[in-house]
Amino acid sequence: MEIIIPPFDLKSIAPILIITISAMLILLADVFYRKTFRDSLGYISFLVVALAAMAAFTQMDKTVYSFSDMFVVDNFSVFFNLIFLVSTGIVILLSVTYIKQEGINYGEYYTLILFATMGMMLMAGGSDLLTIFLGLEIMSISLYVLAGFKRDCVRSNEASLKYFLLGAFATCFLLYGIAMLYGATGTTNIKEIASFLANNPSLSNPMIVTGTSLLIIGFGFKVACVPFHKWTPDVYEGAPTAITAFMSVGPKAAAFAAFARVFLVALPDVAQKWSIILWVLAVLTMTVGNLVAIAQTNIKRMLAYSSIAHAGYALVAIIAGGDFGASSLLFYMLAYTFMNLGAFAVVIVLGRKGEENTNIEDYSGLGFKHPLLAVIMCIFMFSLAGIPPLVGFVGKFYIFSAAIKNGFVVLAIIGMINCVIAVFYYLRVTVVMYMRKPVREFAPLSLSPFMILALILTVWGTIHLGIFPAKIIALAQKSTLLY
Amino acid sequence: MNLPILTIVTFLPLAGAIWLLFINGEKQEKIKRIALVIAIGNFILALPLFFKFKLNTSEFQFVENVPWIKEFGISYHVGIDGISLFLFLLTSFLTLISILASWNIKDRIKEYMIAMLILETGMLGVFISLDLFLFYVFWELMLIPMYLIIGVWGGPRRIYATIKFFIYTMAGSVLMLVAILVIYFMNQRVTGEYTFDLLKIYNLDIPMGAQFWLFLAFFFAFAIKVPMFPFHTWLPDAHVEAPTAGSVILAGVLLKMGTYGFVRFSLPLFPYASHQFVPLIAWLAIAGIIYGALVAMAQENLKKLVAYSSVSHLGFVMLGIFVFNIQGMEGSILQMINHGLSTGALFLMVGMLYERRHTMLIADFGGLTKKMPIFAIFFLIITLSSIGLPGLNGFVGEFLILVGVFKSNVIYAVLATTGVILSACYMLWMFQRVMFNKLTNSANKKLKDINIREWAILLPITILVFWIGIYPKPLISRMDVSVNHLLTQVDEKYKITLNKLENENEENVYALKEDESAEHTIEVD
Repeated sequence: MEIIIPPFDLKSIAPILIITISAMLILLADVFYRKTFRDSLGYISFLVVALAAMAAFTQMDKTVYSFSDMFVVDNFSVFFNLIFLVSTGIVILLSVTYIKQEGINYGEYYTLILFATMGMMLMAGGSDLLTIFLGLEIMSISLYVLAGFKRDCVRSNEASLKYFLLGAFATCFLLYGIAMLYGATGTTNIKEIASFLANNPSLSNPMIVTGTSLLIIGFGFKVACVPFHKWTPDVYEGAPTAITAFMSVGPKAAAFAAFARVFLVALPDVAQKWSIILWVLAVLTMTVGNLVAIAQTNIKRMLAYSSIAHAGYALVAIIAGGDFGASSLLFYMLAYTFMNLGAFAVVIVLGRKGEENTNIEDYSGLGFKHPLLAVIMCIFMFSLAGIPPLVGFVGKFYIFSAAIKNGFVVLAIIGMINCVIAVFYYLRVTVVMYMRKPVREFAPLSLSPFMILALILTVWGTIHLGIFPAKIIALAQKSTLLY
Repeated sequence: MNLPILTIVTFLPLAGAIWLLFINGEKQEKIKRIALVIAIGNFILALPLFFKFKLNTSEFQFVENVPWIKEFGISYHVGIDGISLFLFLLTSFLTLISILASWNIKDRIKEYMIAMLILETGMLGVFISLDLFLFYVFWELMLIPMYLIIGVWGGPRRIYATIKFFIYTMAGSVLMLVAILVIYFMNQRVTGEYTFDLLKIYNLDIPMGAQFWLFLAFFFAFAIKVPMFPFHTWLPDAHVEAPTAGSVILAGVLLKMGTYGFVRFSLPLFPYASHQFVPLIAWLAIAGIIYGALVAMAQENLKKLVAYSSVSHLGFVMLGIFVFNIQGMEGSILQMINHGLSTGALFLMVGMLYERRHTMLIADFGGLTKKMPIFAIFFLIITLSSIGLPGLNGFVGEFLILVGVFKSNVIYAVLATTGVILSACYMLWMFQRVMFNKLTNSANKKLKDINIREWAILLPITILVFWIGIYPKPLISRMDVSVNHLLTQVDEKYKITLNKLENENEENVYALKEDESAEHTIEVD
């Protein structure tokens, strides 16, 4: 019997290879040369990410299918890869001193982050439902471990276990959905599903409808949209803050990448079914996320609910669909990466070992004790609230213009009203910082050069992309050729 | 020479704010001086606009148009015409005055001045934007510094007041953003071009049904800002809690953004809907005029009294805009300036009293003329200007508005006129209680009259009050062409829509007739 080895193109997965091999080497280095390397693992990982970003950048403007059409490199995936690498890079910068301060400086920390990144890149580049599933699992398992990385802390353990149990459950839904779609169309390849559906009008096929719904549940869990969001606040609160920051941007963006590719490329022909479901989910997600965020007193929980609300805005982009919707999703995810990571960076800077200064009230009087840091926090809060001329505004503007262009005016109005609700809790942080007297002494700030670099990067991204977004918009627009 | 003068004037304060960032917050005197120099420089640079302004063209002047975000058709398109010119100058003038008035703030003066200067950039930007996106950016941008000014340097209930202010304004403006986007795509469908350029969008003929909703969306944004009755509840809170300069800017400039928005956007973009909404707006405006005046009469707090008088005065402005004739419109624009000057001055003087006595309750004063004669003279002049005494600025504006309203609807005019009487009641009564009567309160016996700095604040305003009152021609002549152009533009578009409506009706009638005749034939058969 003759065995045909399908051609494979290692160049197409160069960034993934760089990340994977380095992650393994870092793990080995930590085991065998612990004393020499332990303190420099952070820098090495950062360099690896930078290298992978360069490799990803060279893949721009080429569309390559490889590994028997299981994996694709197109502008869409490259753009997302850059988002992942930016967020991973910044998270590594945040972590260097943070994990030392928290006493969780183990070598596998960076390895796991890099593996998670690899999983995310696999998700963005997956042109087969199974590749996406594989990436999702690699990412999720790394994150389950990372969430529980503070081994001595009960809340961290709880976060990890909760995330794992619910995550595993949600993954089952996803897998079941994939199986259904396979049953209905006879393939798991995204392009082939699309062409099958285009040729066989199958709106009433229960397998397709059930499969699509199950996929929505699976992805909905990963992007934390209501009503699949229950894990988010507890996990975000319990996990180490740097990991919370990571989870709120990278994996969320990855889930949206897969979400967008599956729904906009494979299933556009059943859009009229799923867009109604997503419409309801988006409205619920935005509204519940924002309303519950108002009631939070803990900044990590508040940011968790705010991230739920932001997932709702991103869902609007998917519902809007088309090139406009897809490019607005890309832009928004990048914008969100900068501003949300920045906000978490400030939370980390103000934290101290053990009790992490995470009550919003603890920031009272910050504005005049540490003026610069408070201004930075203000910038992120106003950007998250969507006030011009910051990047959050451009992102929301982009998404809602996509929605209006494609006729979802009511959805846009609901989204806009939600932005006003959101203003309330973001403003509260600034109110506390500037308009209240300090309730207690601030600990000396834990500012390392890495942290400063991270803050500079995020502030730069938030302001610069807010005022001069043209280049990134142009890049996002040519990155939507999903086919 | 083609200096981008508008850009320089608009962004000079922002540059000043950045400069202040690098100055040690301990050096209070230096910071104040720098801020003052920036504000003076800004005003001096802005002044030539008044003289170089061409009287005979309705085109926008000092135009700059640079692409900003090409992908969306957003450009940095700025320019002024006879409508925005004065608001632009007023903003620059009042910021200068406000910075002078903030001289005694000890607390965090650096942050205060930075907020003030950024605020100025935002406000100036609103009045020069000729691109809907740019306009929206400035419109929202200026919320942040105002929010901080009220919230950090305000009175005891400042946090409540400032959040209310922020959320109200934001709630109004997000719907406007949706409307802007709808217009944007509508325009793209008709012309095939993605653009936010206001002058290009002016040519768009928006269908009647859509006009209704779009007008409503813009209406909320502007009506909250004006504020029209019943959207005014944020205003007294914000005014009472804001520091003096905050109140001046709020009353002098921020409220005008609402009325300016109606003139610049609502009327020319939605002429048909504007005409349809006249009864609603007129009655709300009249309700505001009378209600504001009555509530002002009942106030025990000086600042609240002035705040409610603003609601009343802005009602006049709204009424003047929505009668669609030249007198009403010019009166309204003039009244925006007048209100900025006189109400601004009233707030400044209430602030001066507050600095001396730390109270704003009318009952705490009385007989101040004996101790502060010069202050009393200024206060009287401004009070009379606010009432609208002939010879002072308020009269010209109110008179023009009332003439305009009379031409269009007598009932409106009669009702609005009662506002003039009421304003005399509450202002004069207030003046009597504060300045005359016996000097009973012992704390008032040590009051000092105004100092040089306060002279410098009040004198320029008073000169302007007389100037506009006696010789308003230089202002009106600069408005004439632009206002005329605006009104014809609105009128033409309105008529086109009406014609269309008639044609449709005729067609419908015709179709009906055909139906009838068809039925008839069947019966005959």
